Amino acid sequence: MNSRPGNLPAAAVAPYRPSDRWTQPDYVYPPYASTVRRSPSQPLVRVRASLSEVTGPLFGSGIIMANDFDLTRQHEGDPIGERIVVSGRVLDANARPVPHTLVEIWQANAAGRYPHPRDQHNAPTDPNFTGCGRTLTDAEGRYRFVTIRPGEYPWRNHYNAWRPAHIHFSLFGPSISTRLVTQMYFPGDPLLEFDPMYTSIPDESARARLISAFDWETTIPEQALGYRFDVVLRGREETPMENDLPKAARP
Amino acid sequence: MSLRTTASQTVGPYLHIGLTWLITTNLVGEGVTGAPITLGGRVTDADGAPVDDALVEIWQANAHGRYDHPDDSRDVPLEAGFKGFGRVPTDASGRFRFTTVKPGAVPDATGAWQAPHINVTILMRGMLKHLRARIYFPDDPANATDPVLRAVPESRRGTLVAERKSDGEFEWNVVLQGDGETVFLDF
Repeated sequence: MNSRPGNLPAAAVAPYRPSDRWTQPDYVYPPYASTVRRSPSQPLVRVRASLSEVTGPLFGSGIIMANDFDLTRQHEGDPIGERIVVSGRVLDANARPVPHTLVEIWQANAAGRYPHPRDQHNAPTDPNFTGCGRTLTDAEGRYRFVTIRPGEYPWRNHYNAWRPAHIHFSLFGPSISTRLVTQMYFPGDPLLEFDPMYTSIPDESARARLISAFDWETTIPEQALGYRFDVVLRGREETPMENDLPKAARP
Repeated sequence: MSLRTTASQTVGPYLHIGLTWLITTNLVGEGVTGAPITLGGRVTDADGAPVDDALVEIWQANAHGRYDHPDDSRDVPLEAGFKGFGRVPTDASGRFRFTTVKPGAVPDATGAWQAPHINVTILMRGMLKHLRARIYFPDDPANATDPVLRAVPESRRGTLVAERKSDGEFEWNVVLQGDGETVFLDF
């Protein structure tokens, strides 16, 4: 029943490597005020990976509807705004594609407004735009959405605070270890350097990787500009770690 | 070749727009082994205030202790009616609730048994990367030898163990910071 070599138990697992240092924000980042009271004060407890950590929900194509990838075709009319194509690849840190994984997105409309009871920004909602999409990556880890360019909007984090234009992304990957929620930004946005969510990421190049790139290849003539955004999930060790072997199996 | 991982960002206050289409509060489908249980709780911040804009996701093995995932290739029964994934946003009082079954035990990477547990991911506005924890069941003798519980200082272990409210009804609360702060895990 189990094809693992030697006398490895069937429950031996190859763990996912931690993210690279400085690529992830910390829990507390005081410039983003809400983090201060919504973060643990105690250090996390490190857990050695088991089947619990290297498994996770996998979703079949049956849950995706035909227009889920096209946020401009979910209502009777066309939404207001500049149509764009957002596409890219989901890879792991070993540079391998992550196939058939769920990608969920949500975003404000062209005026910077969400159709949400908690969004009180004085900007119009758009009856033809909900701002919610989802798709599965293909066998090579590729995904593609058609949407409109989201607007910037104010928030109350500090005086005259404005969020740069962004699209929220939620990804699962193959396990609960690879779960990732992030935001995609747009090139040349002057608000980025003032945005505490963006600047919470310690490493400058890791910040920059959240900025999509304008892309001629996916730009549709007469129709929509293309933006490319690749996502890298944690990568896995090739084999179970030596210190995960039962004592008897160690040399 | 190796690539650098993409940075995490908060789900923000409008997560409901993108994520509630997949709300799953009842994990128990047709013909599933195990008596249904409810598992509910409340998420509070450092001031004890309810977090009314969090998302709670759970992932668990079925009652036989098998994960519905290709990496779990052990000879333990899978059940078509049990996928093991749940997702729900917290309500106005910070509460969440699932109907599921108590999972069976799953071994750790050395083959030693872990106590039955449910894996939890918690996301919210004001949190730049999600938190993770496990929910264990009270009065389970296997808790005493569980490798993850044993890695937690004894005084804090209880934060990972649900409370039995009545038969088949369990409560597990998330305290983000301060007195009784929940133990969060790194893996």
